[in-house]
Amino acid sequence: MALPLGYTLRNLWTRRLTTALTISGMALVVFVFAAILMLAEGLQTTLVETGVFDNVVAIRKGSVSEVQSGVPRDQAAILETEREIALGPDGRPLFAKELVVLVTLPKRVSGDPGNVVLRGIGPSSLPLRPQVKLMAGRLPRPGSLEMMAGSGIAKRFQGGGLNESLCCGMRNWRIVGVFDAGNRGYSSEIWGDADQLMAAFRRPAYSSAIFRLRNPGAFESIRERLEGDPRLTVEVKRETKYYADQSEMMAKFLRIVGLTLTLVFSLGAMIGAMITMYAAVANRTGEIGTLRALGFQRRSILLAFLMESLLLGLLGGLVGLFLASFLQLITVSTMNFQTFSELAFSFSLTPQIVTASLLFALTMGFVGGVLPALRAARMQIVDALRTG
Amino acid sequence: MMLFRLLFRNAFRNRLRSGLTILGVAVAILAFGLLRTLIGAWYAGVEASSATRLVTRNAISLIFPLPFSYKEKIRQVSGVQTVSWGNWFGGIYIDEKNFFANFAVDPETYLGLYPEYTLSPEEKAAFFRDRKGFVAGRKLAEKYRWRPGDTVTLKGTIFPGNWDFVLRGIYRGRDESVDETQFIFQWDYLNETLKKAAPGRADQVGFYMVGVNRPEVAGEVAAAIDRMFRNSMAETLTETEKAFQLGFIAMTGAIVVAIQIVSFVVIIIILAVVANTMAMTTRERFGEYAVLKTLGFRARHLAALILGESLVITLSGCALGIALTYPAAALIKTKLGTYFPIFNISANTLYLDLAAALLVGVAAALIPLQRAMGIRIAEGLRRIA
Repeated sequence: MALPLGYTLRNLWTRRLTTALTISGMALVVFVFAAILMLAEGLQTTLVETGVFDNVVAIRKGSVSEVQSGVPRDQAAILETEREIALGPDGRPLFAKELVVLVTLPKRVSGDPGNVVLRGIGPSSLPLRPQVKLMAGRLPRPGSLEMMAGSGIAKRFQGGGLNESLCCGMRNWRIVGVFDAGNRGYSSEIWGDADQLMAAFRRPAYSSAIFRLRNPGAFESIRERLEGDPRLTVEVKRETKYYADQSEMMAKFLRIVGLTLTLVFSLGAMIGAMITMYAAVANRTGEIGTLRALGFQRRSILLAFLMESLLLGLLGGLVGLFLASFLQLITVSTMNFQTFSELAFSFSLTPQIVTASLLFALTMGFVGGVLPALRAARMQIVDALRTG
Repeated sequence: MMLFRLLFRNAFRNRLRSGLTILGVAVAILAFGLLRTLIGAWYAGVEASSATRLVTRNAISLIFPLPFSYKEKIRQVSGVQTVSWGNWFGGIYIDEKNFFANFAVDPETYLGLYPEYTLSPEEKAAFFRDRKGFVAGRKLAEKYRWRPGDTVTLKGTIFPGNWDFVLRGIYRGRDESVDETQFIFQWDYLNETLKKAAPGRADQVGFYMVGVNRPEVAGEVAAAIDRMFRNSMAETLTETEKAFQLGFIAMTGAIVVAIQIVSFVVIIIILAVVANTMAMTTRERFGEYAVLKTLGFRARHLAALILGESLVITLSGCALGIALTYPAAALIKTKLGTYFPIFNISANTLYLDLAAALLVGVAAALIPLQRAMGIRIAEGLRRIA
């Protein structure tokens, strides 16, 4: 026969201070665990969602990202004649030749420098990215020294707000619009006219060419044809893959550092649980003897103590997750090592992270409680009654 | 003296519990120490920078080059002793995972500016003579088992193509703070190749390293250089090497802050564990405290007993943790040298470890202390029964 759950609950309640301290230790570990997973997840969703599956990015072979890449005008022209490119509603191909440069801008609050992506766009750039919505102001006129800033930049960087101006490349660029792309990489960019930017920054080549596929399934054959074309020195990727690759290194770094850390931290919390549980067993030796004498089996005793410790873990996990869920309100802006540019992303809590955190908390409870519970179950009735 | 014996006896009365608590504190101190060292590793570039070196780069951002013709103009600025130049090459060795810094530099002036990179005169001469030659840091060469004379191929990301280099020397750091994982080759090799392959990109320099006579003139020289190129096609931004490195750190500031917060969280976690231990210990001994009070001991004696016991536990844990930090740091150095070329435990970290242990010891004793001091003798004695 099993001991009722009420017994376990009341035990925890009687020793409130100890219970609270043990739970808070575990809650903090779960908090760190969840926070780091949420950070890596946030980074990845931000970059993965930036891409559109049907869009294709062409960059120079071996250049890894648009920042290092260069696609000369003649090659861009060859790419533009590709017959598999979808047509827009106005009958023009959905094909954009873009320029990407980094400019160092000071942050509003701290004045610290950050590398911001400046993207030169063409007429088809906006139709290619339906996720981008104008929030305030208007679109920059083509061929002018006007730009629009992503919402993340407008908020955080000096000169990025509506009607402010940026000074680089010996010109004054006025921000006439602010756009929002949700939780996507574009929100951390500034967009202006590609040809104006190329002239200002004296760049003879575009950075990338982006186009929409007429037939989404035909990607592989197009990739083979373009990469095999002797006139071209480009590498072709689906946009989703291109952006996913950019988050890989940093997300991996965060996960590895984070998981190692929490593993070490969890040692501390498990020791805490173990101390609590050993004390619980020692204090209740007489009680255990009585229970055994009443006919409760070793198994029931083991289970009762294990339940108590699992409950500690569960409560710790819930408190930790509750605290961590508030992190979703925070946006982190930091440099992505891979692209060398500033990227804003938020902590994102997914059902998988909730499950993983709770499992982690229960594991801590289990590991902390199993030895004390075994000790309790192994007691001889007579000895237990005598010491108690 | 009596008190100390009593403290130790008390602390180890419940061996299992004290042992576990000490272990917990040791783990926490270990984690705390490693995290502080990690932050130190982040700032390694700043620590290693010299006050007499300035970095001149394009004012727009680091990805824009400067004309090679600036070299002579910078040299004319008064206070400038040496001008060296280079490019971040960004080459990949076999796979993206094998990351290390690789630069194209002007060998003689660059090594002149960095006396902390020590090479034998023969190695230097061999490096200067061979246009395709390169020198690598000791750790880098050890990691990939390169021997002098070996050919190494890097795949260019910024400068396309496969580039072959021949190892001509392995530099050692003058002291522990020097990054021994860099890959340096001749700027002329890069420039000559570009002249043939992409003439538009030749004769451009990623950054100038400027050596000044005395640290005091650094600010003046930096301002003079930037003034000279104001309103030109490529405006410059000149900073001391330290400021330049700090700029990099500022860009990843969020990560540094996160590590800092996390390093304090571990201290709070262990505080909860130690406080728990002390709370349990004192609860079990209420009877004893009552007896002591009956014998004439004052509240402050009890306070000393409890506080002392808490400190005995945390300080033992701290000592164990510090002892473990050294082998752990050595392990990280060998296993993760790619990410953290410099991973040295500073004296500062040790002081912080100690401060954290003291803080935890005192804070953990507070609540139990309050309870024990306020105890009434009769009540305490009754509990025993």
